[in-house]
Amino acid sequence: MTLEEALRPGTAQAHRPQILPAGGNGLLVRFALVAEPRAIAAAQSFHQRVTESDLAGLREIVPSLVSVLLRFDPEAVTRAEMAERLETLLSEADWLSAAPHPAQRVWHLPVALGGDHGPDLEEAAKLAGLSPQAAIDEITATPLSVLAIGFAPGQPYLGLLPEHWNLARRSELNPRVPKGALCVAVRQLVLFANASPTGWHQIARTAFDVFRPDQSDPVPLHAGDEVRLAPVSGTEMDALLKAGDPMGGARCEVRS
Amino acid sequence: MSDGSVILRALGPSVSVQDMGRPGRMAQGISRGGAVDPLALVEAAALLGSRKPLPALEMAVSGGRFEVTAPTRIALTGAPMQAELDGRPLRWGASHRMEPGEVLSIGAARAGMFGYLTFAGGIETPEVLGSRSAHLAAGIGSALESGARLPLGVDPEPDAPSMVLTQDDRFSGGTLRIIPGPQTGLFDEATFSRLTTTEFIRARQGNRQGVALESDAPALTSDKAKGLASDVIFEGDIQMTGAGTPYVLLAECQTIGGYPRIGTVLPCDLPRVAQAAPGTKLQFKAVTLDEADALTPRWEAQLQAQRAKLRPLIRDPHDIHDLLGYQLISGVTAGRELEEENG
Repeated sequence: MTLEEALRPGTAQAHRPQILPAGGNGLLVRFALVAEPRAIAAAQSFHQRVTESDLAGLREIVPSLVSVLLRFDPEAVTRAEMAERLETLLSEADWLSAAPHPAQRVWHLPVALGGDHGPDLEEAAKLAGLSPQAAIDEITATPLSVLAIGFAPGQPYLGLLPEHWNLARRSELNPRVPKGALCVAVRQLVLFANASPTGWHQIARTAFDVFRPDQSDPVPLHAGDEVRLAPVSGTEMDALLKAGDPMGGARCEVRS
Repeated sequence: MSDGSVILRALGPSVSVQDMGRPGRMAQGISRGGAVDPLALVEAAALLGSRKPLPALEMAVSGGRFEVTAPTRIALTGAPMQAELDGRPLRWGASHRMEPGEVLSIGAARAGMFGYLTFAGGIETPEVLGSRSAHLAAGIGSALESGARLPLGVDPEPDAPSMVLTQDDRFSGGTLRIIPGPQTGLFDEATFSRLTTTEFIRARQGNRQGVALESDAPALTSDKAKGLASDVIFEGDIQMTGAGTPYVLLAECQTIGGYPRIGTVLPCDLPRVAQAAPGTKLQFKAVTLDEADALTPRWEAQLQAQRAKLRPLIRDPHDIHDLLGYQLISGVTAGRELEEENG
């Protein structure tokens, strides 16, 4: 399919890698339309491959849940040439059945679940068909992956949780969750960069600051990192919040 | 020796420092931000003889009063606004010299939404992540408040003559060229074709993140958008909300979104979206990828094009108190110059 053909109305492919034009100087490699595990793993592996490939004329690589956006320098390469180079990379593997590479970095992140720091935990657990304690146990036992950074600066989408966490967003917007709120919906967790209205369910709070504009590494979490949630009490979280350290008690383990 | 500064007084509701923003940081969740009408910064650079766009004061709908502590040239670009220096009317789309003690008053926009006030030495507030732009949605910087003082760089050529250029008209709506995007395939042919045949008006809802459009046409929705994974979104994207009304994303948009996007407005036509006041008519026209790629110039090329349009600004004889001290030949030219509208 040519780039122009792929853009015709009615041609979206649900379960097949596609190279699609994406705005001025952009191409999107997309593995599926929905956030299914195979497509998420494929996007992560392909992101790693394209990052290592050092493609000439490539200016920006933006990983997302099931896709990777590539921005090119039009003075160095045409859209068609860049699409061809991506096609060559894509043909190297069957990305949708490839096993993902293990994460190089593992974050251990203190969180206070439920209570004042997670006012929607009980409701969310009920929607998932679990008791509050079973919900806490399951969420903290699941190795999470940073699926994408976005929406707001540094803000991670974490997942995937087991299928029964495929919760719809709340019918009424939560007018304001605090910075550091950990919220659940559609098998994912989002750790809010700033206080924000949201349709997601707030189940926990962290003191970890995902965006530090005045530091040399303003966005500590990277797509592909693993995250493990370490439960702490509400009182301990209050102390971490009061201490004001942007790490919020988190620790980053680097695997060799 | 940067001892100059600008003092801000009686500011309008939304005045902020903006430059070309922070491109290349989408993977960190940071959209470009920066001026919503980058062409206005390029116009200012041309007028002030700068080799690159300078940080400016972006003024939404209305400006304020300004004083400087050292002589400097200024450029007034973007949406044309009422402007006076010590009561003397100033031409928009032009550069002017400003002395300490003089009061620059910038009032309401006569057309468009965002006017820009640029100082020839630049604004020297600290950079955050490589830019001086306030990114309100990301929580970087903030709108400016009356009484603030901002440091200015030294004007390298304060005695250079005032210049004027005819601004590209982008303040009264018109046609927005679009290309289809990764999610156009979710919409059927009839819906996409209705997008390009419908006349829209800019709705009241809008800011630096994006603007909503309205029309009498039936909702432009997709029945394939259910359960769609969130995906990257960027400046120019036309998001279709659940209600089926288009929302065009601007410089300060989010970087990931869940609504399907029916297409993308070309970067060269985005200032036309940002500058459309509520009620302005806009329509979409699909172009091919090849046409689009030819229409995506870098600012360097735009700057060259703006420089080619520069003319010396000749003062209106009616403003000159001592006509005898003035060369009348210039006065003759001035009449013609002043008939031109700012566009």
